[in-house]
Amino acid sequence: MLERFFFFLLALLAIGTAVGVVANRNPVRSALLLVLNFISLAMLYFTLSAQFLGILQVIVYAGAIMVLFLFVIMLLNLGSPEAIAQERELRRPLTWLIAVGLFALLVSQVFLIISPSAPMAEPEVGTARTIGQALFTQWAFPMLIVAVLLTVGVIGSILLARRRVA
Amino acid sequence: MESIPLNAYLTLSAFLFAIGAAGVALKRNPIVMFMCIELMLNAANLAFLAFARYQPTVQEQVAGHIFALFVLGVAAAEVAVGLGIITVIFRLRATIDVDEVNLLRE
Repeated sequence: MLERFFFFLLALLAIGTAVGVVANRNPVRSALLLVLNFISLAMLYFTLSAQFLGILQVIVYAGAIMVLFLFVIMLLNLGSPEAIAQERELRRPLTWLIAVGLFALLVSQVFLIISPSAPMAEPEVGTARTIGQALFTQWAFPMLIVAVLLTVGVIGSILLARRRVA
Repeated sequence: MESIPLNAYLTLSAFLFAIGAAGVALKRNPIVMFMCIELMLNAANLAFLAFARYQPTVQEQVAGHIFALFVLGVAAAEVAVGLGIITVIFRLRATIDVDEVNLLRE
């Protein structure tokens, strides 16, 4: 009972903040609502016995990535809704039609194809020890590829941000 | 003890994904479009972790967590490059409205 109560509370928070991100005309408010969304998702990860991913979600998304977003918004002076046009007004009905269609399609697949069984995961599956052991043994090569991707991303953003000297 | 069904998590994930897709189509501010892409990536992560919880063996459960971890890493790289591109466009054109940016089309 308590589990269901917390799930619905967190799901409502996640849905409300996600709608707020899209509906809000002020980019800074969108960013702050997105932080709330990430935190509610992190709490949901905890209920799925994924403690390590939940903590990473807070540190990487709510911490690092959102700071980057807010920094760029402030740097480009886009904080006020009047700074640039925020929405394609003409597209609004079509957009929401597409969103509802996509949601209906995904949910129909969920309820037609997926037959739920009892949850299997033990609480220790999501700990840093289990994930770290798997990451550095069985998944070492994919992890190296992600590491190369991140390095290339950092080098690419430095090259982009550098001022061209003629 | 009654637990939450898998379908509840997947429905929430589908809803967040649809909201993110709507935001990408609706917005003209590329920074907010990026935020909506993050919403969609997080919806995928939620689905990964929900499925991972319902796998029979520990190895398969951990595989789901590892995949979510990789999505996190790819999202970080994508944001770093994407925001770099946005600042360069702003420096070149003094606007970042995606309907005004048509350098590659001309």
